[in-house]
Amino acid sequence: MRAPEPVARSLEAIPGIAALETRVAVRVNLDVPGLAEPARGLIVSMPREAAGGLNALHLVRGRLPVAGVGDEALASEAFAKANALEPGDAIRAVMNGRYQRLRIVGIGISPEYIYALGPGQLVPDNRRFGILWMDRKALAAAYDLDGAFNDVAVRLAPGASMATVLGEMDRVLAPYGGAGAYDREDQLSHRFLSDEIAQNRTMARITPSIFLAVGAFLLYTVLTRLVQMQRSQVGLLKAFGYSGARIALHYLQLALVIALVGAVLGVGTGLPFAGHMLELYAEYYFFPMRDHGAILAVGAIGVGLAVVSAGLGAVPAALRAARLPPAESMRPEPPPRFHSGIVERWGLRRALSPAMRMLVRNLARRPLRFAASVTGIAVAVALLVMMTAMMDGIRHLMQWQFTVVQREDIQALLVEPRGNPAFHAFQALGGVVQAEPFRLVAVKLRAGHRTKRGVLYGLEPDGQMRRVVDGDGKPWTLPPEGLVLTAIFADALGVRAGDLLEVEAMEGARPRKSVPIAGIVDEPIGYAAYVSRAYANRLLGEGDVLTGAYLRIDDNAREPLMARLKTLPQVAGANLREAARLQFDAMIERSVGIMIAVNLLFAWIIAFGLVYNGARIALSERGYELATLRVLGFTQREAASLLLGEQGVITAVGLPFGMALGIGFTLYFVWMLSTQMWRMPYVMTGANLVGAMGAVAAAAAASGAAVAWRLRHMDLVEALKARE
Amino acid sequence: MAEPVLRMKGVSKVYRVGDVEVVALHEVSLDLHAGEFIVLLGPSGSGKSTLLNLLGGLDVPTSGEVDYLDHSLSAGGDPELTRFRREHVGFVFQFYNLIPSLTAEENVALVTDIARSPLSPREALALVGLTERAGHFPAQLSGGEQQRVAIARAVAKRPEVLLCDEPTGALDVVTGRLVLEVLERVNRELGTLTAVITHNASIAGMGDRVIRMSSGRIVDIATNAKRVAASELAW
Ligand SMILES: Nc1ncnc2c1ncn2[C@@H]1O[C@H](COP(=O)(O)OP(=O)(O)OP(=O)(O)O)[C@@H](O)[C@H]1O
Ligand SMILES: [Mg+2]
Repeated sequence: MRAPEPVARSLEAIPGIAALETRVAVRVNLDVPGLAEPARGLIVSMPREAAGGLNALHLVRGRLPVAGVGDEALASEAFAKANALEPGDAIRAVMNGRYQRLRIVGIGISPEYIYALGPGQLVPDNRRFGILWMDRKALAAAYDLDGAFNDVAVRLAPGASMATVLGEMDRVLAPYGGAGAYDREDQLSHRFLSDEIAQNRTMARITPSIFLAVGAFLLYTVLTRLVQMQRSQVGLLKAFGYSGARIALHYLQLALVIALVGAVLGVGTGLPFAGHMLELYAEYYFFPMRDHGAILAVGAIGVGLAVVSAGLGAVPAALRAARLPPAESMRPEPPPRFHSGIVERWGLRRALSPAMRMLVRNLARRPLRFAASVTGIAVAVALLVMMTAMMDGIRHLMQWQFTVVQREDIQALLVEPRGNPAFHAFQALGGVVQAEPFRLVAVKLRAGHRTKRGVLYGLEPDGQMRRVVDGDGKPWTLPPEGLVLTAIFADALGVRAGDLLEVEAMEGARPRKSVPIAGIVDEPIGYAAYVSRAYANRLLGEGDVLTGAYLRIDDNAREPLMARLKTLPQVAGANLREAARLQFDAMIERSVGIMIAVNLLFAWIIAFGLVYNGARIALSERGYELATLRVLGFTQREAASLLLGEQGVITAVGLPFGMALGIGFTLYFVWMLSTQMWRMPYVMTGANLVGAMGAVAAAAAASGAAVAWRLRHMDLVEALKARE
Repeated sequence: MAEPVLRMKGVSKVYRVGDVEVVALHEVSLDLHAGEFIVLLGPSGSGKSTLLNLLGGLDVPTSGEVDYLDHSLSAGGDPELTRFRREHVGFVFQFYNLIPSLTAEENVALVTDIARSPLSPREALALVGLTERAGHFPAQLSGGEQQRVAIARAVAKRPEVLLCDEPTGALDVVTGRLVLEVLERVNRELGTLTAVITHNASIAGMGDRVIRMSSGRIVDIATNAKRVAASELAW
């Protein structure tokens, strides 16, 4: 695109446009010191006002390029850091075919390129792709864009219609080769970050909610038990004239103290954690986030939530104390009523020993407590299942992408489409074992009123290095006619196999063609459309050309091959599969790894806490009963198994429920986390399910053992005396 | 005379609470014989319960020896004491100690399930005259009835020793007498060595021997020439 600057006036005249900034933005080859292979760069002209305008730059170090000086550049922080570039260093850029030395004078970041993907990249590779900002005059001069622009950013007035403005902009810019205006929603970096933030928001809501609910439940059971144990004191106080409100307040204060102590401990350990997480984020995305005040607000919110959830647990218990009638409460509690209910009705009477009947009736007497405990165990299992499934899913995705779909060593890109000699040149490079040509082109696909941007891959029909593989692992042979669409893309466009799509190439003569959809491939990543290279070339009307090649290389020849690629002027860059994979690994490690570790801990604490609390309360409620059994000659083991049997049943019922719940959670999260750019695969393994249940069972067993230890050290005579 | 079933030799029990030592039993020696009916009297805090608990293997003495036949109860650990209680001893307490979640019959079955040659739960309940109430939960029974269930549970294993700590303490006169009649019957029909703690001196006539305690010592052991039947006790 090349639009004379006055065209900006016509754009400004479009109703709904509030602010506008024309720019020059060009893609270049970079020669970075210390990097064997060539890197790609995007050079953008400096905004009119560096700060305050649209897409304002944030200067991290150094200074901004001085207006009118042609060889000064500001480098994006991600790129600078990955390549250890500092103000004062120099790199070379191939600008319009000529090498140009650029002096880095500063390091900066822009909201537009927080997440920056180079051509052909799936994950950011900041070593091999970077953003640079330069003085507009010099940049324009190099590209013959004096008094013109090839890129424009626009801010809408409040209430303006996005669709109308986009349509108008396209109309105004079409004569100058406009590639199409798009909503910020479709801007890569914004899209990615929005998705990421949305995912974090979901995560940040769900797990803590579960945790707080469990905490409230535990507090409820403990306080209810306490009120029960102190019932005669409560009766006495009431007889002395204390009001129900005073007594309720006492229990609420107790809960408040517990909540505050817990909250202080939690915030104390959580804040450094949060700070660390924030730093990781800031580091990974190069956010200019040096403000830790926000974290303190989070701490305050945490304390508030702890108090509120503790209150939810404590209020029913406190009310119970307030409502105790004084006379009645000074007498010991009436013995609990039991019924020979279900057990007998099922005709199991003969099958169950008296001890088993005790167990069943004790559980049946408090169905709500039983249900809540089972739910808690189930949730703990489900959290583990879900987290492991996410991890497995991501691993599967990586495994899929980097071993099944992509099997090349290097993806070498050409600066512009070239004929077959370019391919032969690749084949002839020393160290290249095998090569496969491809033709990539950015396209807009249109179906009815829906338009989506994506990449059209022209591949060899039976290519071995970049394959089109279906969900079940079967590689496609690309049809001679028509295109194969990823399922994500098809969904976004609302099309099915057999439908017609309008394909508009975003380069060259911008041909528009109506193309049949030959099939939908269930690939998890991205907006991609696949055609045979021959068909792509026919669509684009450019003859037999390629835009790059997948190369398989001899590992020993790697270094010289890279150096050679770097010197070839027609080579625009090289993406290394292994490097991409490592980038991906690092990204997962950072963002997902911590989350999973935290949730694992959560699940453990929930399981341990529930079982310990349940068993401990049972011991307190029924210590007398257990002492009686011991007097009757029951061994420690027998008494313990009776006490822990209930928790055992709760756990045993909770585990399979948790498995089912975990599968449900996973399906929900797969759906939730699937962004417009990739689809989270659903991977559920037996090892995951068994492992999650095993981990929770182990936590339950550990807490059971802790309570059994207490039981073992119970003084029989004293326990018999301590009749409530 | 036959070998004693239970024998205490110079038994002391000292509780240590902080810096204070409470001597609950002071060098007590005592022999109890098969089939005997023993009544233990004494003021509160004199050490009756402590003595009974040591005899029943619920606790071990600080010094001295407790033997059951040729087994030492003072030297054994928890497994030995548990086995002793399981096989040879029945306990009855003031507050019945029934399991609230089990019916009368099931409370008895709890013990018969783990005993070697027990009465059936029905037989045991018949012995205390509660066949009709077998399916009732403790909360559905009166205090006296509950205590009779407790006795049925204690004797169902056909124990050699039956130890009762104030079995009538929470009952009125008529009900108490009923319970004592049951104890008397068990002692007579099963030949169980029975020891009963009471605060009611008028019960003393029931026993073959009456042991009086004070301040952790046995101060008197009286032998009744003729036992008075529980039904004829004057309260
Ligand atoms: N666990 C204990 N710790 C400290 N002192 C104890 C303990 N158990 C009993 N004692 C003391 O030992 C003494 C004897 O207690 P024991 O229970 O045997 O008396 P008792 O004759 O059964 O009294 P009562 O008729 O009131 O039941 C008492 O002084 C009591 O305070
Ligand atoms: Mg006593």
